[in-house]
Amino acid sequence: MITIDALTKRYGGYTAVDHVTFTARSGRVTGFLGPNGAGKSTTMRAMVGLTDPTSGTATVLGRRFADLPNPGREVGVLLDASAQHAGRTGREILTLATRIVGVPRTRVDELLDMVSLTDEEAGRRVRNYSLGMRQRLGIATALVGAPEVLILDEPANGLDPAGIRWMRDLLRRFADDGGTVLLSSHLLHEIEVIADDLVVIGNGTIVAQGTKDELLATAGTLVRAEDPAALRAALSAAGLTIHASGSDAVRAEADLATVGRVAFGAGVAVTELRAADGAGLEEIFLELTAQTQREGVAA
Amino acid sequence: MSIDTTTPPAPPAPATVGRRARPEPAAIPTSRILAVELRKMFDTRSGFWLMASIGILSVVATGATIIFAAREDLTFESFATAIGIPMNVVLPMLAVLAVTSEWSQRSGLTTFTFVPDRRRVITAKAVVTLAIGIAGMVLALGVGAVGNLVGTAIAGVDPVWNINPQEFAQIVLANEITMLIGFTLGVLLRSSAGGIVGYFVFSFVLPGVSGALASTQQWWADNAAWFDLNTATFPLFDSEMTGEAWAQLGVTSLVWLAIPLTVGLAMLMRSEVK
Repeated sequence: MITIDALTKRYGGYTAVDHVTFTARSGRVTGFLGPNGAGKSTTMRAMVGLTDPTSGTATVLGRRFADLPNPGREVGVLLDASAQHAGRTGREILTLATRIVGVPRTRVDELLDMVSLTDEEAGRRVRNYSLGMRQRLGIATALVGAPEVLILDEPANGLDPAGIRWMRDLLRRFADDGGTVLLSSHLLHEIEVIADDLVVIGNGTIVAQGTKDELLATAGTLVRAEDPAALRAALSAAGLTIHASGSDAVRAEADLATVGRVAFGAGVAVTELRAADGAGLEEIFLELTAQTQREGVAA
Repeated sequence: MSIDTTTPPAPPAPATVGRRARPEPAAIPTSRILAVELRKMFDTRSGFWLMASIGILSVVATGATIIFAAREDLTFESFATAIGIPMNVVLPMLAVLAVTSEWSQRSGLTTFTFVPDRRRVITAKAVVTLAIGIAGMVLALGVGAVGNLVGTAIAGVDPVWNINPQEFAQIVLANEITMLIGFTLGVLLRSSAGGIVGYFVFSFVLPGVSGALASTQQWWADNAAWFDLNTATFPLFDSEMTGEAWAQLGVTSLVWLAIPLTVGLAMLMRSEVK
């Protein structure tokens, strides 16, 4: 479990992270979503004590990260797969990690196997690694101490489709086993398929959070009727916000059941009723972040 | 910033999946941090060759002394002096890189998440660096001793052992001070290139400036040792360290090492690791 409370980080006059509050629960994968420069990485660095927050707190498993006696045993962290000494071999980096965390050296081979790095690859220096290989190595490093929390910043960058699939399965198993996963991404599709909960950040502030299903529901419902005028009147009368969609359809900001009941109650014969077109997370995401960008300019 | 109206209230907490009850892990013992930091000094190609160069350069310097020194100059002191020149470069580089590689190579992101208390990591680096300095100097002067035996045997003269244990210790101390300079620069600048350039400025440019000043200013010539760490360190290579010389070494070390190191550490503790 990760708890972030009113976390704020200012650099001079610039506020990178502004009163960010959210919780990542155990047994769930929490997706931390935002465009580049939204404050994801700063928030994650503050979580693990690499950045001193200006105000607010971040706790992992009920404690400040710095107060964990042996963080590697409880929290696996991957903030930047490229942040490794280029002159070390992959195997050496894992060996150092097992030493400092205090797990047997046999764990190195287990981990290499787990992230599908071959013996030959493990013997190469990291400067000769592709980004995908670095991500695998980084995930292995995070898993060294068999932690119960994973904090991963853009872990899918550079992975091929099979690699993304592999990571998704790994994180799913980890969460199903009672672990907490927080992963950030600016790639929506990745997060959409894996996350249970979502936290969307834009310009340093949280613009939306909730379960994935809730957030998807907010995209609304597309409804079409034989008599569009009657439908619009009925939906408006029910207090729903509606938008015209094409010539005869209406997009209502409500879930399917609500819209269906309203139409039924008004005696309007509905010809089509479904989740709104392009109701994927992307639309919400772009909408939400565009909004904060405008607010940022206005402020 | 904006008051955000789009944020829905936080969802009710879903039933948490039973967390595996775990015993609290034991704290990381200092011995483990020391062992890992020691290993990190050797486990890259550059680190390995820097370490190896302690041995290689002592052999080269010793060989050069045997070949080029006049027969009557073949004393342990001349070997030690010849070896001291490359050591004066290699050992501080090691000290600089021990600290700066965490930033220049960005491995600090991993290091400081496994051990969030940066003081423990930096202290371990200092201990390991100084230990390597002592071991390196003992090895280097050991090579010099062998060179002295071989060189004098070739030349057909009796070996001269004109360095007593106290002088030996003073030479090691002088090298430890140069390593601390490198370490301090590393802590202050957190950049490999900056640290190395900084050390060369300290070690090769400042003495020239101080010497030029001393040749025109009698006052500086008499009192430089109270201000200039290079000048204050120099008597360590002589047989006699007077009480005044120790006092000068103490004062200059405080100014050149203790204060910058304290400032650098304070900055390092609060700095962002990116």
